[in-house]
Amino acid sequence: MDALEQFRQETRAWLEENCPEEMRDGAVGEEFICWGGRNWTFDSDAQKVWLERMAAKGWTVPAWPKEYGGAGLSKEEVKVLKAEMRRIKARSPLESFGIWMLAPALLKYGTHEQKAHFLPPIARGEIRWCQGYSEPNAGSDLASLQCKCEDKSDHWQINGQKVWTSYADKSDWIFVLVRTDPSATKHNGISFILVDMASEGVSTKPIKLISGKSPFCETFFDDARAPKEYAPGVSSIVGEVNRGWDVAKYLLTHEREMIGGGGGGLLGGRGIGEIAVGHIGLDDKGRLDDPLLRAKVAEAEVDGWSFLLTMERLKDEAKAGQGVGAKASMMKYYGTELNKRRFELFMDAAGSDGLEWEGARSEDGKLARNWLRTKANSIEGGTSEVQLNIIAKHLLQLPGA
Amino acid sequence: MPLVLTEEQEMLRESARGFLSEKAPVSEFRALRDSDDETGFSRDLWREMAEMGWAGILVDEAHGGADFGYVGAGVVAEEMGRTLTASPFLSTAVLAATALSKFGSEAQQAANLPAIAAGEKVIALAVDEGVKHDPTKTALTAEKSGNGFKLTGEKTFVADGQAADAIIVAARTAGASGETDGLTMFLVPADAVGLEKERTVMVDHRGAARLSFQGVEVTGEDVIGNVDGGAAVLGGVLTAGRAGLAAEMSGAAQAAFEMTIDYLKERNQFGQAIGSFQALQHRAAHLYSELELAKSVVLKALQDLDDGFQMAGPTASLAKAKVGSVAKLAALESVQMHGGIGMTDEYDIGLYLKRIRVAQEMFGDTAYHTDKIAGMRGY
Repeated sequence: MDALEQFRQETRAWLEENCPEEMRDGAVGEEFICWGGRNWTFDSDAQKVWLERMAAKGWTVPAWPKEYGGAGLSKEEVKVLKAEMRRIKARSPLESFGIWMLAPALLKYGTHEQKAHFLPPIARGEIRWCQGYSEPNAGSDLASLQCKCEDKSDHWQINGQKVWTSYADKSDWIFVLVRTDPSATKHNGISFILVDMASEGVSTKPIKLISGKSPFCETFFDDARAPKEYAPGVSSIVGEVNRGWDVAKYLLTHEREMIGGGGGGLLGGRGIGEIAVGHIGLDDKGRLDDPLLRAKVAEAEVDGWSFLLTMERLKDEAKAGQGVGAKASMMKYYGTELNKRRFELFMDAAGSDGLEWEGARSEDGKLARNWLRTKANSIEGGTSEVQLNIIAKHLLQLPGA
Repeated sequence: MPLVLTEEQEMLRESARGFLSEKAPVSEFRALRDSDDETGFSRDLWREMAEMGWAGILVDEAHGGADFGYVGAGVVAEEMGRTLTASPFLSTAVLAATALSKFGSEAQQAANLPAIAAGEKVIALAVDEGVKHDPTKTALTAEKSGNGFKLTGEKTFVADGQAADAIIVAARTAGASGETDGLTMFLVPADAVGLEKERTVMVDHRGAARLSFQGVEVTGEDVIGNVDGGAAVLGGVLTAGRAGLAAEMSGAAQAAFEMTIDYLKERNQFGQAIGSFQALQHRAAHLYSELELAKSVVLKALQDLDDGFQMAGPTASLAKAKVGSVAKLAALESVQMHGGIGMTDEYDIGLYLKRIRVAQEMFGDTAYHTDKIAGMRGY
């Protein structure tokens, strides 16, 4: 028996013994996610036990090095672990922006001391992070951000406002893009700083969207302080001072891959055609009983299928050693536009039922709210127009882009 | 199977690109068109391609072929799409080779496959009768006559039909027009008595013909597959042809796009390269994204043909539907972004628009295949 097969058997046995029954329902919706953090209240004892056991094993972040809270598994072993978890329909023990966004930045740009200080609490689900990027006057033109961060010799002092900080009201720490050198050209005076949200001078306020409640907040810094070092050798700034744009760009690529469908499973679930038939029914030839809608649905499914195959191809190319690079922008652009199209078709198919906003029949307007929420897909993480600019510049090398 | 080319397939692409850029660049096709030739392709060039192993790319080694599989055939088709190379590759190396390799009798294979692989024999597929592709509407009849059949009816839009040495024709032996069952496929020599051919010069100036069968006599030996069981044969052959056409269109669309991007960088108006205008940048970037999707579906359809020939219908339809619309968009955007010069015959971009329009229509356009996919998916 080869080593990988042995790993599979051991993994299967361990999961069998340690995954609580209640965590084997395959639930993946937002309401079932365990986000962790100081203020986290577990849904159930099972959710708590599951997180603790997986964290102790290093399997909340299996690919990370052991010294930072992971299990140091190889790509193949991670695949086996995921497959074995799927086999028993195990829920993910922990999801967080710390894992998805901050960790990749720290692993690439952080010092050993920073990694050792910040990563293990993320892996254990003890600290929940959020992202402070956009500002009221710095959206698509993110690099024009103005949130001020002054060197007060023994600490940094931060003043300014961030917006669209998802889950800021529930998070413990925030990674923030700040301007540390106002005299430098716009990409060169930015730093990537880590701030404890319990610090004095940091406050948040939720934002209500057209879809109703939302995870988005505004976050304010009023003479907020961050120490130069959180512990010996643990700088509060990731990467070099004034070189934070490099870190930010690197992270945005990650975020785009996720929003574009890589991590969000945007295109999963039932087909558009199947859902439309549920609402409208078939004619006597077995076709959706609305010929013009049928054509649009079929075109969207052709594009959706083609998009999924393209995700598959880019993953396979990455495995074969070809970088994805700016193609992440292409996937973000296409995937989010497609998702909006999909929800327009769901709304077309659902007719007046889809317009109900309250009440049990519509699950409090679930479809309508989700439809409205998709409008942000092509805005957050860089608008579609910004992605097209990136494609024009980096993939097509068009002048002046 | 990972959605990437193997090292061997990459090498094939490189050698195809090298050969075609030297022996069959767009200027060769233009010269052929301007010479008003009768054939629609160069027989000498086809023999050279046969020496490269392309004519027998789907023929097994026992019959003298290179046996490179459908991904290999698609790689060559894509490269030919880039250079707008006119050749009987689709009709003979893809369609006829598939029909005979997958469904032909031993005798039919022995009599035809080595000649196909050697570039000596050109065989065309005759399916369409109406203006829109729909094999179920086959009305050309094959009437029992002694030990054989008599073929009567008309065929149109037959690629390489005017130059072919033999024709594979879909005929009705049972049932009525509109029914899938009751078709039979025949291999008919081009010089058979009662077979009339009319070269139809099409917008793309490739070889194409209308055929008229007036009581053409064939025998049971000429049936490919089973009598009344032609739908399975034709279905498999068309699946291969659709994937091949999608590959060709993807190559043509990529080449047109690359020409256009170059032009956007060179052409100056208002004191700057027109490629610096965001109105054009965004259209180009969108087209780039669509072309990436086209590449994915083409490769998937070709891999499916190699992995499980019988099961490849859905992705071949996906490829024909998606690439048909993407290549059309690429052609239209390319002409528009070239401005006035794109409308001139002297400039190559119009040749791409013309060829893509024909390839789009052949064996079902985007609407035909999108409708088919909706049907497969239960609505």
